[in-house]
Amino acid sequence: MLKINNLHVKLEEEDKQILKGVDLEVPAGKVHAIMGPNGSGKSTLSYVLSGRDGYEVTAGDATLDGEELLDMEPEERAAAGLFLAFQYPVEIPGVGNMTFLRTAVNAQRKARGEEEMSAADFLKFIRAKAKDLKIDADMLKRPVNVGFSGGEKKRNEILQMAMLEPKMCILDETDSGLDVDAMKLVSEGVNALRDEGRAFLVITHYQRLLDHIKPDVVHIMAAGRIVKSGGPELALEVENNGYADILAEIDA
Amino acid sequence: MAGLDELNVKEGVEEETVEAVKSLAGTYKYGWETEIEMEYAPKGVNPDIVRLISEKNDEPEWMTEWRLEAFARWEKLDEPSWALLNYPEIDFQDQYYYARPKSMEEKPKSLDEVDPKLLATYEKLGIPLKEQMILAGVEGAEDMPAEGRKVAVDAVFDSVSVGTTFQAELKKAGVIFCSISEAIKEHPELVKKYLGSVVPVSDNYYATLNSAVFSDGSFVYIPPNTRCPMELSTYFRINAENTGQFERTLIIADKGSYVSYLEGCTAPQRDTAQLHAAVVEIIIEEDAEVKYSTVQNWFPGDEEGKGGIYNFVTKRADCRGDRSKVMWTQVETGSAVTWKYPSCILRGAESQGEFYSIAITNNYQQADTGTKMVHLGRDTKSRIVSKGISAGKAQNTYRGLVSMHPKAKNSRNYTQCDSLLIGDKCGAHTVPYIEVKNNSSRVEHEATTSKVDEEQMFYCRQRGMDEEEAVALIVNGFAKEVLQALPMEFAMEAQQLVAISLEGSVG
Repeated sequence: MLKINNLHVKLEEEDKQILKGVDLEVPAGKVHAIMGPNGSGKSTLSYVLSGRDGYEVTAGDATLDGEELLDMEPEERAAAGLFLAFQYPVEIPGVGNMTFLRTAVNAQRKARGEEEMSAADFLKFIRAKAKDLKIDADMLKRPVNVGFSGGEKKRNEILQMAMLEPKMCILDETDSGLDVDAMKLVSEGVNALRDEGRAFLVITHYQRLLDHIKPDVVHIMAAGRIVKSGGPELALEVENNGYADILAEIDA
Repeated sequence: MAGLDELNVKEGVEEETVEAVKSLAGTYKYGWETEIEMEYAPKGVNPDIVRLISEKNDEPEWMTEWRLEAFARWEKLDEPSWALLNYPEIDFQDQYYYARPKSMEEKPKSLDEVDPKLLATYEKLGIPLKEQMILAGVEGAEDMPAEGRKVAVDAVFDSVSVGTTFQAELKKAGVIFCSISEAIKEHPELVKKYLGSVVPVSDNYYATLNSAVFSDGSFVYIPPNTRCPMELSTYFRINAENTGQFERTLIIADKGSYVSYLEGCTAPQRDTAQLHAAVVEIIIEEDAEVKYSTVQNWFPGDEEGKGGIYNFVTKRADCRGDRSKVMWTQVETGSAVTWKYPSCILRGAESQGEFYSIAITNNYQQADTGTKMVHLGRDTKSRIVSKGISAGKAQNTYRGLVSMHPKAKNSRNYTQCDSLLIGDKCGAHTVPYIEVKNNSSRVEHEATTSKVDEEQMFYCRQRGMDEEEAVALIVNGFAKEVLQALPMEFAMEAQQLVAISLEGSVG
């Protein structure tokens, strides 16, 4: 599904290399987790894949189902099935959550040459998805993320993911700022979307999210590279011993 | 789940809008010209032209005199320069002050006698001159009354009113809705009593000029205790080249009456600037209420700032009676230059004035707009919500006056003034004037300036919207409080206009 080859990325504005040759392959149906210390380039990877401004790809490439991802506009990547659950979801004052989602769903459908979803279907669909995530009618009406608590924002990201039905879901530190209950809700939302045709890349600093969303593969990222990959036990190792041991092992 | 259902209608409308916007290819949709043989008065303005206009309209002597006095006054005035506007000097003698379709030399008795080309023009504008306006395609339309909503329309083409619809039905309710030229002949007692009583001939340079040369406009009278059975609407269009449009609107809401009035404006795309100087006067008696909504979409000039309409408008409502109420809502997306301050004179005790405004300027457009709230009576209230949006190299100024006179005891004003910038070459300015001459009144003013945020743009695009959809969504959100104040059909049109007028402002 997602293939990243030797990806090198620097900041556009300054001469600072962030990613220094990332190789990664996430097949359909799988959940891969990326862990790593602060500043290792995890979030940058998610931004570069989704097409945010401010980064320059100096070498390498990334494909989604064989399509060259890095040449596309952000909205084209979205229509191709790439979704990023933001670490810090953005507030859009005055724009109702439902309006936002309907505009997004139909924009993607149109881009793919599909028929737009009717109002009735949309309403039925969003009500069902919102119920699963314990998102009430009021939250659907309120402006996008404005005045939402940390937990509400993250649940809202998962709601958007559920509505947009992407192929490739990237979750950027979705566990940050969540209490235990919210983490459970969010994880259940994600697990409900696990599917043979869908892949996940879960970026997280801590192992605890991976107790709820069981990964197939865990990668450790450090200094702009994936330095170690393994099974779920790798996450536990990090949890128990921190990153220092693994990094020392690699340096040696 | 009633809340959700109700919400769905609204969501549907907004969705429709994005749809409609996407389907619109051109940047100025109304920029075509209608080929109709025109009759012009010679260029320039002088007492003879004033007399000619009066004669063409078959006006009584008193009206001609009124105009001539105004002209004499205008000649002694200088064009004001205090607004934050920068435009080449206007040669007032290089304009046509009177142009009308030749087929209108004999005024038609009914719409059937109107030149079909004119009617086709209005059809192109999407105005249902003959038919009821049905909210077609709006999701949730099944919840609307089956017969749809009726809007009576008075259409003004260059200098002349070409037709007013639903006359009979309005007459039954006692409502008078006709062109002002007709009102001068048919209802001279009302015109004499009220014309110039809110915006006096001497008011300001452009209003004085308008008083001398106005060629047509709309007239509305709502009798006591009458709720106007439908919304009234005027569509103005400037078609002829080098023609100034000077329309005059007079609305009188008698005791305990109510009317909602809509005004829409368009003009063809031209390289040379065109002049528009209108006057709107509203008189509101005891317990009466008037809502006046404008969607102004005059041609804004091209991307290099060539052409466009110079829009100098004086609009004022006089809340004469106790507990009278006026609400101005304006969406200003067009015009190269806008100079406009719809105002409220709150004379009656407990009278209320509201002003909701969206002003969008893109490319080289300039707008200096706002309101005046003059509190004269006790316990009067006013509310101002202004949303200015600037993109390209445009300049957008909010200028407002809130004045509490000594007798306006216990009066209140709340002003909220928000500016949104798109890009870094445009400007937003806020110039509030506040005068309080008693110690029991309260005035509040809040102002913010923000930029369309790159984070917001990226967030929308990551969810699948293209740049223009994203900007339209964000700006419509920013202006939501004002859009909500508009009647539904206008709100939809306004949302589309927001999107269209900001095309090309990003990327």
